[in-house]
Parts: sequence; C-alpha cells; structure tokens
Amino acid sequence: MPILEIKNLIHTYGAGTPFRRSAVENVSFAVEPGEFLGVIGHTGSGKSTLIQHMNGLLKPTSGQILLEGKDIWAEPKNIRTVRFQVGLVFQYPEYQLFEETVYKDISFGPRNQGKTGEELDHAVREAARLVGLRDEHLDKSPFELSGGQKRRVALAGVLAMEPKVLVLDEPTAGLDPAGRENLMANIREYHRHKRATIILVSHSMDEIAQNVDRILVLKSAHILMSGTPAEVFARGPELLAAGLDVPQITRVAMALRDRGLPIDPAVYTVEALERQLLALKGGGRSC
Amino acid sequence: MPDMIQTESLRFAYPADEGQKPVYALRGVDLEIEKGSFVVILGHNGSGKSTLAKTFNAVLLPAGGKVYVEGMDTLDQDLLLAIRQRVGMVFQNPDNQIVANVVEEDVAFAPENLGVPAEEIRRRVDEALKAVGMDEFVTHAPHLLSGGQKQRIAIAGVIAMEPACVVLDEATAMLDPIGRREVLATVHRLNKEKGITVVLITHHMNEAEGADRVIVMNDGRVDLDGTPQEVFGQVTRLRHLGLTVPDTVDLLDRLRQKGWDVPLDALSVEDCAAAVAGALEKK
Amino acid sequence: MLKDITLGQYFPGNTPAHKLDPRTKILLVVLYITALFTAKSFLAYGLMALVLAVCVRVSKVGLKALVKGLKPVLFIIVFTGILNLFFTPGEGVLWAWGPLHITTSGLRNAAFMVLRIMLLIMGTFLMTYTTSPISLTDGLERLLSGLKRFHVPVHELTMIMSIALRFIPTLIEETDKIMSAQKARGADFESGNLMEKAKALVPILVPLFISAFRRADELATAMECRCYHGGEGRTKLHVLKYERRDYTALTLGVLILAGVIAMRAVGL
Repeated sequence: MPILEIKNLIHTYGAGTPFRRSAVENVSFAVEPGEFLGVIGHTGSGKSTLIQHMNGLLKPTSGQILLEGKDIWAEPKNIRTVRFQVGLVFQYPEYQLFEETVYKDISFGPRNQGKTGEELDHAVREAARLVGLRDEHLDKSPFELSGGQKRRVALAGVLAMEPKVLVLDEPTAGLDPAGRENLMANIREYHRHKRATIILVSHSMDEIAQNVDRILVLKSAHILMSGTPAEVFARGPELLAAGLDVPQITRVAMALRDRGLPIDPAVYTVEALERQLLALKGGGRSC
Repeated sequence: MPDMIQTESLRFAYPADEGQKPVYALRGVDLEIEKGSFVVILGHNGSGKSTLAKTFNAVLLPAGGKVYVEGMDTLDQDLLLAIRQRVGMVFQNPDNQIVANVVEEDVAFAPENLGVPAEEIRRRVDEALKAVGMDEFVTHAPHLLSGGQKQRIAIAGVIAMEPACVVLDEATAMLDPIGRREVLATVHRLNKEKGITVVLITHHMNEAEGADRVIVMNDGRVDLDGTPQEVFGQVTRLRHLGLTVPDTVDLLDRLRQKGWDVPLDALSVEDCAAAVAGALEKK
Repeated sequence: MLKDITLGQYFPGNTPAHKLDPRTKILLVVLYITALFTAKSFLAYGLMALVLAVCVRVSKVGLKALVKGLKPVLFIIVFTGILNLFFTPGEGVLWAWGPLHITTSGLRNAAFMVLRIMLLIMGTFLMTYTTSPISLTDGLERLLSGLKRFHVPVHELTMIMSIALRFIPTLIEETDKIMSAQKARGADFESGNLMEKAKALVPILVPLFISAFRRADELATAMECRCYHGGEGRTKLHVLKYERRDYTALTLGVLILAGVIAMRAVGL
C-alpha cells in the first residue's frame, strides 16, 4: 500500500471571483514507503500548493489525500496528527526559528506532539545528531549561528517529530556548495536511518539527479511526466522546451548525440557519461 | 586612467564581542579591477567575498589599507556620494531593496536623491527600464513581480544613477533558474552594450561562464585570480576550497586522468562536447 | 486570509478624479469633512450624499467597492447609531423601556450620525481608491512643507509612511508563511483559552519582528547605496503642479461648503 496517495486533487484560488486560478488541476499519484521522490517544475507550476496539501495545511477544492490509505480530511479535527506524520520543511526555514535556545526550538514540534521528559529529550538530541549539531550548540541562541547552521536547526525541528514522510521545499536554496552538500547528507541520513519517505522539491537538477529514485515533473498545474531520473532526463529536449532545466551532463550528452555520437540519452551523471565515453574510445581503438 | 576599483592591502574586521579579539574578514587584499571588465568573485560562505564587495562603495570602510574608486579614497567622507554614484550595489534579497510601491518611482529613487531635474529623471527611468527589459512594467507594483523581475528592477534602480560599475552581492542566490538566467543575461548585456564594469559575487560556479576574470576568495585573501579557463583548470585546488567545479570541467578532468587529450578549460556545454568529440576522433 | 485586507487600496484609472493633484484631493476631503460636521438638516445631508454620488460616478470606482470599505467599521456605525437612538434625551418620547427611550430628536441624531460616518468614510476611501499611495504621500509632504519651518520633520514622516505602505503586502505574505511553517510543526492557533491563544502567537511574532528588523537594516543600506541622504536637495520624478481642473474642483468644494454653512445659518 502506498504511504501517501493523491487522488484527483484540484485546488483553485479565489473561487467565485474574477481572479479564479487553478494551482493544481486533477493531479493523481502515489508514493511508496521508503521512496525518495523528486518534484520539479518552475515557479508557479503548482509545486508549493501541492506539497501544502500533503500535511493538510491546504484543503483540496476537490479530490483526496490518503495517508496510509486513510483520507486525511476524514476527521478535520485530527488534522494536527497528520502534520506530525508528514513533516513539511518550508523554503528558508531558518526564518521560523523563535526560541531562546536551539534545544528549545527543536523541541517545539515534539512538545506540540505531546512528548515530555525522556522521550522529548531523546527526540531532540537524536534530531540534532542527525543534522550534525553538537551538544554545545544546543544551549546557544539559534540567532548566534551561521546561516547554514540555522537551516539545520530548522530541519532538526521537523525531524524531531519523527515524521514518516518528510517533504522539503527547496531545502538548499541560498546555501553555498559545501552547505548544500552537508544538508543533503543530513536528509539522506534520515532517509536511511528511519526508512522514511522523502519528497524533495528542488530547482537544482543536479541535486535531484544525485538523490532521488523517481521524479515527478509539474507544469502549469499538471503532471507533465514522471519516472526514474534516467527515464525523465532521457526526455531532455522536452524538458528544455517546457522551460525546465536538465543536469549539465544531460546537456553535454545531448550535444554529443547531436554530433552523431552514440551516447545513451538516459545518461545524467558524470560517472555514467565517463564510462560511456571510455567504452566508446576503447571500442574505437579495437576497430 | 585610474582603475575602476583598486584595493591596497585591504583589511577589515567586524566588531567583536567585548574582550574578544576582532576576527578579520579581510586580511590583506590587493586588487585592481579594470574599467569595462566583467569580474566574478567566488568563494564559500565566510570567505570574505561579500565583505570585500561592500568595501567597493564605502558601505564598509577599510580597517587597514585603502580602497580607491576611480582614484577616490573611500575613507574620504566628502567623496561618499560621488563614490556611491559611481559604484552601484545590488543585494541578495530583492524584497529588501525596493523602496517604492510603483516600479517607476523605485527606479527614480536614486536620481531623485541626487537632485536630478524631473525631465532628466524621466529619461533615465525609461532608459534604465528598457536596458533591463522591464519597460512594460513602468507602473506595476513591484511586490507582484517574480524574483528575477524584482532583481532587474533593482538593477534598473542602480543604473538610473548612471554608475560606471555595478556590484552584485549574491544577487542571484535567492532566484530560481529562470530568474538567475534573466539577471545574468541583463548584466552581461549592460557590460557589453554600455561598457559598465560588472563585479558579480556568487557561489554558483556556472555563473563564471563568459566572465573576463574570476577571483576566488578564501579566508579573507585572494586565493586564485585569472581567466575562467585558468581558474577552473585548478580542479583540485577549487575542491579543496569547498567549491564544486562545474560538471563539464569534472568530466574533462576525469577523462584527462584516463589519458585523454582534452583541455580543462572547456567550461560551457558546447565547448565541452566539442572537446570530447574532438578527442574521440583523434583516438 | 490575511491577503484579503484592503488597506488604502488603489484602483488605477484615468478619470478626472484620478488626474486631480493629490493635494487638491486631500484639501477636498478636508472641505468635505468640514461640511459634514456643519450640516444639520436632512436637506444638507442630502446635498452631501449627492456630491459624493457625483464624485463616485466621475471616478468610475463603483459603489460596490466603496460599500465594501464600510465593512470593517460596520460595528462602529451600528454602535453609534444605537447609542444615539436610545440615549438622546429630549421631547417627544416615542417608546420607552426602563432607561432606554426613543425620542424624535434621538431618531434624528442617530440618522445624522450614521449618515455622517458613512459619508465620511466613503469620501476618504474615494480619495485613497483614486490616488496611488506614493502620490498621496507626495501631496501630503508638499501640503505640510510649511511646517518644516517649525522643525517638523515632514520629509522623514512621509518617507516613513511610504515605506510602511510599500512593506505592508510583504509583511502580510511573510506572516502567512510563518504561520504555515509553525502549523507544520503542530502549532495550534485555534483552541485554548485567551492566555493560551496569546502564548501561541509568540512563535509567529518573534520571527516576524526579527525579519522586520533584518529587512529594515538591509533596506537602509540599499537606500544609502542609492545616495539617499535625507530630504535636502531631493528632486521628484513627478512634480506636482496645479492645473485648471484643480482650481475648478477647489472652487466648487469651497462653494459647496459655503452653501452648507449658509443652509445652517438660515436653519434649513
């Protein structure tokens, strides 16, 4: 059974006014437990609206969101419990920090969940450990930390609720390369360690290419395509025509194919392209 | 003719807590930025690149050494307005540098401050908006525009001062790929068509494509300095400095290690593909 | 939901009402309010309503938008009406129950008060609907520039006003975002008693204030980089100039006020 299933989701802003606009139009898909799903699409494609349905921050205009087979809006009163199971990390989440210490801020989510005492302490320390925060950081004010550290505190604040599904909106936006790599490593660690399901929204095709099992491509409120990174990036020209990026290596591969070289269109990592080129060269030599 | 910007053993420290030693963000930077050039300054967070940029128009003043803008010393208080009029700054967050709630009023802000007559302001505003390709949006409300459009308005607001140089302090960091492309295309055009010197501070390596010069900062000092080809050739050094090299360069580097005769400086996708195809033909 | 607030909203247009100099419009509103407080008869109020109706027609704003502007103050209108209706002493008691009584003068007072508030609000809104915030602050700055002699920081005050107007939508959006982010961490803004509800606001207000300070700091730097150095020697893109239509409108305004004063003098 899929852990999360979106069924015929429609979301319309400003219904009944001249400003009526569909942000999500009849979107359906399922996410399997433990999957690492990437969502791409440019600004205004409906990504943000879509992910805010997954934890019930937005209510569908029509359609259903099933969490482990149960409609999350079956009992609207219990919508908060859904938010503990589907953790949502917003863009620039460091702007949501508010407590005096890092420890207290991370504990905000699990306290709302009703955790106390040792259980609470364990959840906070575990989350801090997962994002690489040391004990000495926990008593500091979050506002004394560097940008990258603040971001990790915010991530820990959601991880501490131990969500089964973790949804991240542009988690690495604005970080430098080292900061990006660190944060993605934290997310991969949570994925592996907790066997959690991860849904990653990103503009960085390289980040998507390196991390996810499957990609969902959104365009103007619809699903344009979905499949493994190899399947999706093999349709590079289509993605570019839709105004989306592809990994730089996919573009190199496309340019090589244009030159008549037999490169597999599904290539999207440096390693894979290197292997193919070496094989080509090797083959050439033996001829 | 003096350089656009010149620094001499420039040092800078942010104020430290009481009893603590000040930490130097810049520890001796000597640079000359030539008029009309397109310079990209790279570095990881905390390398000093943003601090350096802010000394270029006297937002920050040297704690040691000097910064000259077209020969004017930034420490001279009387030259402050003249310096800021010559070197315009565009910052990271588009929302926090737009002053007015109508596009044309915002672009007019700097010339208004400079006491430019009304008809001349009108001319400059129209010209600046055209130069950034936003002339359709004269009377729009900036908060309804996309990130890339907002940054282009911010650039127009700076060019309306008619500066000789525009410094972009991580101005692309918060944008999506489309917005980033818009802003980069705009500044490249300004550089080519109007001869405006551009200093682009970024941690996105790919943005160095098409630059005349790349400077890599590390620990408050200049670590690498040269053409994009020269700098990106230093794959190992760049990795060591916490920067990722573009995948094109990574691929060429790997192939070279396997004994291929490919150059390391084919940064763009097209150049990289051409180099690889060429090497395959040669066998 | 926060986005629905219509505060000082501006409907762009090209009607004579839009084209008037902002100073003229501010002065007209002042004249209009003075006339409203002078009026003492149904005839006078009828005249005031007619004046507003003509202005609304000319501005093409649409009565609907104006009436919508009354919504937030509906409570005050109803409250004043009731207060005047039941508590005005006087002759001709029509109905009484304990301390409550309705008199003919009470009925009159209530009707006048309600009319006065409604016309006052609609008149002011008509100005903000037809004048962009920036030209409104411009007009205010110029009108008040005489006060500079008495060391009133007129330029600074109007600059503050226009920056506030510029950042209202940004901060509303930001509040929405922070609320969503805290809800995603299980924050509960709905249940609990007053004390608990107030406490639940901390996770919204702290980040909002911090972000406002950061924005203010960055904006100040950006303004300095664009050579801002106070109001001295500043020029304007749009130079305000009184046109023929401004003189016509102002003369008309003064005449109407004079008419209302005359009506009151002769007891009409």
